[in-house]
Amino acid sequence: MNQSNNNTTAIDFKALLKESGIAALVALGLAIVLVGFKTVDTPTGMDITTRWVWVVVAVASVFVGRLAFAVRRESKASRAPVHVDMKAKENRAAIIVNRFSTIGGPLFIGFALVLPFMPFADRYVVDVATYVLIYVMLGWGLNIVVGLAGLLDLGYVAFYAVGAYSYALFAAYFDLSFWVCLPLAGLCAAGFGVLLGFPVLRLRGDYLAIVTLGFGEIIRVILLNWYEFTGGPDGLSGIPRPSFFGLELKRTAAEGEQTFHQFFNLDYSTMHRLIFLYYLILILALLTNFFTIRIRKMPIGRAWEALREDEIACRSLGINPTNTKLTAFALGAMFAGFAGSFFATRQAFISPESFTFIESAVILAIVVLGGMGSQVGVAIAAVLLIGGTELFRGLEEFRMLAFGGLMVAIMVWKPRGLLAHREPTIKLHPNGAPPPIKQAATEGGVK
Amino acid sequence: MEYFIQQLINGVTLGSIYGLIAIGYTMVYGIIGMINFAHGDIFMIGAFISLITFLVLGIIGITWIPLALLIVLLVSMIIASIYGWTVERLAYRPLRGSFRLAPLISAIGMSIFLQNYVQLLQGARVRPMQPVISGGFTFLEGSAFSITVSYLQIVIVLLTIILMTAFALIISRTSLGRAQRGCEQDRTMSALLGINVDRTISLTFVMGAALAAVAGMLFVLYYGVIDFYIGFLAGVKAFTAAVLGGIGSLPGAMLGGLLIGLIETYWSAYFSIEYKDVAAFAILVLVLIFRPTGLLGKPEIEKV
Amino acid sequence: MKEVSTTPPELVIPSGADPLLTVEHLTMRFGGLVAIDDVSFSAGKGEITAIIGPNGAGKTTLFNCITGFYTPTVGRLTLTARGEEYLLERMDGFRIAQKAHVARTFQNIRLFSEMSVLENLIVAQHNELMRASGFTVTGLFGLGGYRKKEKEAADLARYWLDKVNLTHLADINAGNLPYGDQRRLEIARAMCIKPTILCLDEPAAGLNPKESSELNKLLIYIKDEHDIGLLLIEHDMSVVMEISDHVVVLDYGSKISDGTPLYVRSDPNVIRAYLGEDEDEALPPEVAADIAKDFDPENREGV
Repeated sequence: MNQSNNNTTAIDFKALLKESGIAALVALGLAIVLVGFKTVDTPTGMDITTRWVWVVVAVASVFVGRLAFAVRRESKASRAPVHVDMKAKENRAAIIVNRFSTIGGPLFIGFALVLPFMPFADRYVVDVATYVLIYVMLGWGLNIVVGLAGLLDLGYVAFYAVGAYSYALFAAYFDLSFWVCLPLAGLCAAGFGVLLGFPVLRLRGDYLAIVTLGFGEIIRVILLNWYEFTGGPDGLSGIPRPSFFGLELKRTAAEGEQTFHQFFNLDYSTMHRLIFLYYLILILALLTNFFTIRIRKMPIGRAWEALREDEIACRSLGINPTNTKLTAFALGAMFAGFAGSFFATRQAFISPESFTFIESAVILAIVVLGGMGSQVGVAIAAVLLIGGTELFRGLEEFRMLAFGGLMVAIMVWKPRGLLAHREPTIKLHPNGAPPPIKQAATEGGVK
Repeated sequence: MEYFIQQLINGVTLGSIYGLIAIGYTMVYGIIGMINFAHGDIFMIGAFISLITFLVLGIIGITWIPLALLIVLLVSMIIASIYGWTVERLAYRPLRGSFRLAPLISAIGMSIFLQNYVQLLQGARVRPMQPVISGGFTFLEGSAFSITVSYLQIVIVLLTIILMTAFALIISRTSLGRAQRGCEQDRTMSALLGINVDRTISLTFVMGAALAAVAGMLFVLYYGVIDFYIGFLAGVKAFTAAVLGGIGSLPGAMLGGLLIGLIETYWSAYFSIEYKDVAAFAILVLVLIFRPTGLLGKPEIEKV
Repeated sequence: MKEVSTTPPELVIPSGADPLLTVEHLTMRFGGLVAIDDVSFSAGKGEITAIIGPNGAGKTTLFNCITGFYTPTVGRLTLTARGEEYLLERMDGFRIAQKAHVARTFQNIRLFSEMSVLENLIVAQHNELMRASGFTVTGLFGLGGYRKKEKEAADLARYWLDKVNLTHLADINAGNLPYGDQRRLEIARAMCIKPTILCLDEPAAGLNPKESSELNKLLIYIKDEHDIGLLLIEHDMSVVMEISDHVVVLDYGSKISDGTPLYVRSDPNVIRAYLGEDEDEALPPEVAADIAKDFDPENREGV
C-alpha cells in the first residue's frame, strides 16, 4: 500500500466486518427471545411457537445495514475533507424555508379553502381532512407551549378532554348552543391550565413534563370513574350538533324553525353538515394560527421565547417567569379546549378512550417533527402523520411503532425539527444589513 | 389490625418491585440528568422475557423451581441489559449536548416504539402465567382475618434485599462505582482523568436495565398477567418513587419505592381501588411542588 | 479644635455623599458554608465600584444577593434611586430588575442565543412594552399606541447598538456573535432596562487588550453620560485601577479593605490576601516589583 501517494487511505475491511459482526451479535441478543418465540393462547393456557426465520432476517439485515453504513462512513472520511461552508448552508436552508413559509403558507390555506369543492372530495376525503385539521389545530396550540415557551407538556390531551367534556356537559345540562359552549369550553380548559400551571410551572423542564403527564392521567382516571357525571367508560353520547347561524343541519327542523337546506333552497344532503364541520375546524385552526403569528410579535410572545432560551437571564431583566409561562400554558390549553369541543360536536360521542397519553404523544410528535415554533412545519407534520396513517390504514399496528421511531430519529438527526428556521420578530434592517462602520470600530464605538 | 398487617406485607412486596425499577431512573438521572422515559418499558420487556423463558423451560422440562428461577433471572437480566445498552446507544448518546428537551422527547419516542414493538411481536392481549411458586405461611388461622405471607412474597423481598446490597457494594467499592460517582459530579473532569465516560454511562444503563428486568420477573410471578402496557404505569410510579426518595439517591429510590408501594396498597385497601393510580400521581405532583429534592436528596443550589 | 488628617486626600474612602446602594451586614450561608460574612459597604451614584478578591472570595455570591438570585441569610440591601427606596433583600428576584431597575450581566454570558441581537434588546424592555400593549390585549388588535412604543423601544435598542458597535449585526442571532461581541451585547441588553445600577460580573474576562480598553471606555461613558452606578467584579487589576472610583476587597467572604484604588493598592491587608499569609517572609524584590506593576495602570500592556 502506498499511502503517501494519494490522500485516500484504504478502508480496513476487517475492522468494518468486526464492527458489523458486533452489531449483528447485539441484534441477535435483542431478537432471540422476543422475536424468536411467540406466546400463543391455547385452551389450556399458554404455548410457544418459534419464528427463527425472523431472527435470521433481523440479524442479517442489521449486519448488512451496519456494514453499508460503516463503508459509507469510511469512504467519506478517507476522501479529502471537503470544506463545507456551514454558514452558507444554513443561509440556503433559511431561504428555502422562508420561501416555503411565504408561498407555501398561503397555498396551503388556499388549498384547504377549496378542498370540499374539488372533484375528488367525497365524504371520506372531507371527513379525513376534518380529522387532520383537528390535529393541525392541536399542534398549533401545543406549539405555543412547547415551541415558543419551551415548556414540555406531556398532558396536553387533558385540556382537549376538558374542552370536549365541558362542551358535552354544558350542552346537556344547560341546553346551551355550540356557539355559547365553544368559548366556555375554551375558558374551562384555560382555567384548568392556570390551576395546574400555577404550582408546577416553577419546576425544571423535565419535572414539568412528568407532572403534566401525571395530570393528564389523573384527568383520564377521573373521567373513567366518575360515572354520575361523565358516564365512565361508556362516555357521553347524543352531543348536540352546531347550527349554521341558527339554521339546523338536519333533514327536518324543529317546529317553527328552518333547516339549512330549506333556507338556501337546496336538496338535503348529509354532505352539507360534513362540509360545514370542515369549515368550522378550518376557521378555528386558522384562528389559532393567526393568533400565534400575531402574539409572537407581542412582548409576551418574545418573553416566551426568551424564557425558552434562558430563564435566569429573563429574571435578571425583570420578566416574571411564572406569569409568563402561565399565560403560555393557559393559552395553549384554551386552544386545546376549543379543539376539544369541536371534537365532541363532530363525534357526537366522547369517552375517556379518546384522551389517552398516546394522544398527547402524537400531538407532541407533530410539533417536534414539524419544527418547534414553525407554523407551516406543524401543519405539514400533522398532514403527514395523521393523513399518512389514514392512507396506510391496513398497517394500523405499525402506526405507533413508526411514530415512536420517527420521534427518536428526528431528535437524533434534526433536533430542531424539519422546518426549524426562525425569522426575527422585529428587524432593524428589513432590507439587509448595512456594512459595519469601520471607523467606529477603531474608535471603540463610544464617542 | 390483621387486615392492616396483611396490607403492610402486600405493600412491602409491591414496594420492592417499584424500588428495583426506581434505581434505574435515579442512577440515570444522577449521571446524565435525564428522565429515561423508556425505562418502564425495559421493565415490561424484562417481564416478557421472563414469561417466555419460563414457558420454554417448561417445554424442555426444567421444572426444578430454584434452577428455573435462576435461569430466568439470568436470561432476563442479560437480555434486558442489551436492550438498555442499545436504547442508550441509539436514542440518547447522539443527543449529548443537544438542546435540553431533546433527550426526553427521544426517550418518549423510544418508549412508544418499545411498547408497540412488543405489541407487534407478542400480541396486544394480556399474557397469563401459571403460578410458579405457591403456598405460604398463614398466621392467626382461627380468627376472622388471617394473615398470609406467601413464599413468593418472601422470595421477592429477599431477592430485592440481596440485589440492593450487591448493588450498593458495586457503587461504593468498585472502580466502576467510583467512575459513576465521578461522572455524576463532573463529566468533563472525569474524562480528563481518564475515565471512559461513554462506557460508564452505558454501564449505568445496563445496570438499571438488569434491575428492571428482575422487577419484571418478580412482577410476572406476583401478578401472573402482563401486557405490553404495564411499563407505562409501573414506570411512572417508579419514577415517582425515585423523586419521592430524592432523585440521584440510591437509598432514596428504595425508600421511595417502599413508600409508594405502601401508599398504593393502603389507598386501594381503605379508600378506593379505582383511584389508586391517582394517588401515585398526586403524590408525585405534591412532592415536586413542596419538596423537589425528595426525602433523601441533596438540595440543588442554582448556579448563576 | 483643629483636626489633623494623617491620610492623604487620595486615600480617603469616597462616596457616602450620594449612596445608591448600601449593603449592611450582609451574610450568606449555604448549609454550613459561609460564603459572605457580615459585609457592609456602599456604592455611589456616578461611580464605578469594583469588587475584587481572590477566587472563592464570595464576589459572585454577593452579586447574586444584590440581584435577587439568592436571598441573603442576614443583612440589609438598600437601593436609593429616583426618589424611591427599595429593600432588595425583601424583593423577588425578577422584581429587583423590574421595580428597582438593578441590571446585571453574567460571568458566563447569558444571551437569548436563538433570538436576534435586536430582539435581545427588545426583550429587555419587556415590562414597559407589556404595559404599552395593554398586557397583550389591546396590542393584539393594534390598539393603544403599542406600535409607537415598540418603535421607541427599537430606537433605544439602536442607540445602545451604536454604542457597542453592533448595529450592523442587529438582525442575526445573538448566539452567532463572536465572544467579545456577546459580552458587549449583554451590557447593552442590561442598559436597555434603564438601570439605576449596573452590575457587571467579570466583563473583561476573555477579552483581548484592545477589546478590554474599548470596554473601559464604554463603562466610563455609561458612568458619565447616564449617571448611574456601576458595580464591577473584576480580576484584571489594571482594569480596576484604571476605571474604578472605589474598590471593595473581599477575602473568604469578609471585607478586608474598602477605599480608593490608591488606598486599596497600598493596604497591607490586600497585599497579604493576594500574596499569602506569611508576613515574616520578605518578598523577593522582583515579585514585589511585578505586583506593583500589576497594580499600576500606567504599565498596563496593550493600552
